[in-house]
Amino acid sequence: MPDSAEAADIPQAVLAAPAALTARGLAKQFRGFRAVDGVDLSVAEGSVHALVGPNGAGKTTLFNLLSGFIAPSAGQILLGDRDITGLAPEQIARLGVARSFQITNLFPMLTAREHVELALAGRAGQGFMFWRSDRLLIEHADRAEELLASVGLEHAATVPADTLPYGQKRALELALALALDPKVLLLDEPTAGMGAEDVDRTVELIGRVRAGRTVVLVEHNMNVVASLADRVTVLQLGQVLIEGEYAEVRDDPQVVAAYLGEPDAAH
Amino acid sequence: MSIAEMARAASGTTRGGAAERAAGARPAIRWLLLAVGLTAALAMPWVMYPPIAFDIACFALLAVSVDLLLGYTGLLSFGHAAFWGTAAYTATLVSLQTGAPFPLAVLAGMVAAAVLSVPIGYLAVKRTGIYFAMVTLAFAQMIFFLANQWRSVTGGENGLVGPARELFNMDLSDPFFFYYAGLPFILLGLLAAWRVVRSPFGRVLVAIRDNPSRARALGYPVHQYKLGVFVISASLAGLAGGLFAISHGFASLQEVYWTTSGKAVMIVVLGGMGTLWGSVIGAYLVVQLEYFLSDAGFEEIGIVTGSIFVLVVLLFRRGIWGTARHTLEKLQRRRE
Ligand SMILES: Nc1ncnc2c1ncn2[C@@H]1O[C@H](COP(=O)(O)OP(=O)(O)OP(=O)(O)O)[C@@H](O)[C@H]1O
Ligand SMILES: [Mg+2]
Repeated sequence: MPDSAEAADIPQAVLAAPAALTARGLAKQFRGFRAVDGVDLSVAEGSVHALVGPNGAGKTTLFNLLSGFIAPSAGQILLGDRDITGLAPEQIARLGVARSFQITNLFPMLTAREHVELALAGRAGQGFMFWRSDRLLIEHADRAEELLASVGLEHAATVPADTLPYGQKRALELALALALDPKVLLLDEPTAGMGAEDVDRTVELIGRVRAGRTVVLVEHNMNVVASLADRVTVLQLGQVLIEGEYAEVRDDPQVVAAYLGEPDAAH
Repeated sequence: MSIAEMARAASGTTRGGAAERAAGARPAIRWLLLAVGLTAALAMPWVMYPPIAFDIACFALLAVSVDLLLGYTGLLSFGHAAFWGTAAYTATLVSLQTGAPFPLAVLAGMVAAAVLSVPIGYLAVKRTGIYFAMVTLAFAQMIFFLANQWRSVTGGENGLVGPARELFNMDLSDPFFFYYAGLPFILLGLLAAWRVVRSPFGRVLVAIRDNPSRARALGYPVHQYKLGVFVISASLAGLAGGLFAISHGFASLQEVYWTTSGKAVMIVVLGGMGTLWGSVIGAYLVVQLEYFLSDAGFEEIGIVTGSIFVLVVLLFRRGIWGTARHTLEKLQRRRE
């Protein structure tokens, strides 16, 4: 087991929890370039696990691997005990792994509410109902309203997504992932480009929705990491540099070196 | 711009989703349009040569079936002649061989088109953009080749002459009467397309058109959805093709020829992708124009319709209906 060597450092509560998501020797090569290079990662059930590292460290590529958007060159991914290596993104999503995207990835013509309805309809198994009216989706109105309100989008529900300002698009990105009510939530820089107020609300929201879930969080804002993460894994050049609790990781000389010249490290 | 992006641009933002309807998207205008459309459909054989009126109806349904893919899913099928033509031959053969009433013969044609669309769709939906169009065209050409070779069944270049049209001993050989016998089936087909577009499934299609990878992240198996709408589309094209052949009492190689596929795409783009009404209007204009030109003794009909097509697309990239609606919406927004 890759993480047995570190077992001594893991707090008892987290150690007791089984792994919700495990990567073993996960690797991805792009034309010879190793974007992810033999990553072992074990995300404890119910934890918030932050992935940090300088730009280009391979965090997003790792998310793409975990969510099935790209196939690994080597290695294995487990969801609980189940091997999900090589499954399609929609299969992984339906097994309860939802992701948000670093680069906002929405449906430009759909309104914020239609976005959420779309996610809720899929979960309810209504997607193939070509013989029903789409008024059927009104049954999700309350839940949609609630989700939009939780990310501060209650006033923006009926405008097309591409007319939303950047911060609200980020919020919708988050609402869309939450609408799937996932067991495992992969969030790729959910607060990137947000104002301080929105960052606070997002931190508060993640703190709330983490109950009963496992969260993997890519984040450059160290305040966000400090206030949310139970564990932190630092990636560099596609490899795990160190893993531990926030305080130990922050003070590690290797991490300080890796972040040198990295403006975000100042946060 | 990719095909999907063009379709998105043409179809506009107000596609009548539940949310927009709740926000008050003028249902009165929709009912008015429907009333005008139905009246026009019922009046057509009185004001024009009835076989032409029925051709318009058939091509309207064919174009709508193509628009389900092109406008609502972002898939350009250049092979719908395969489904239209297969249904045309099947319907004619069934009524020749069994003497079944024409609705049953048409239904048989529709089923044949649907069955054929499963393997073609299965292979085609793995491609996108122009590659999807090429796969559909290639299969349609194979069907054309088969129809051309298999003379004992299709009659080759001579085509296949069907039996006299009748239903429950009612003589329908007069095209005027056949129009009213066939129209309900066309309307049912159009209704089905409308239902698909305004269904939860239709919502997913538009989402897939606009951002397939995001749709997958939400758990939607994109290929299955594309195959689903492909089969629905082919069935409707089959319904149209079967009725067309019965109405002409004849199925010919023209029905499986690539120009028929091209004509359907042209009608959709001319009328406006992703609008349904646009396909209906486009069918009226194109069929009427072709008839007018051939009546006037024109030889090169394709050049004229082609040029008009290019001109309209250059001037109005949303097509006729799309542009009209867009302009109306802009005026309305300015008034508010
Ligand atoms: N599809 C691809 N083809 C080729 N190279 C890629 C591809 N995707 C990512 N890379 C490269 O892999 C490396 C890791 O990229 P990745 O996006 O995973 O980094 P990241 O840690 O998410 O960075 P950031 O903090 O900037 O988001 C980068 O050098 C990137 O250029
Ligand atoms: Mg990244």
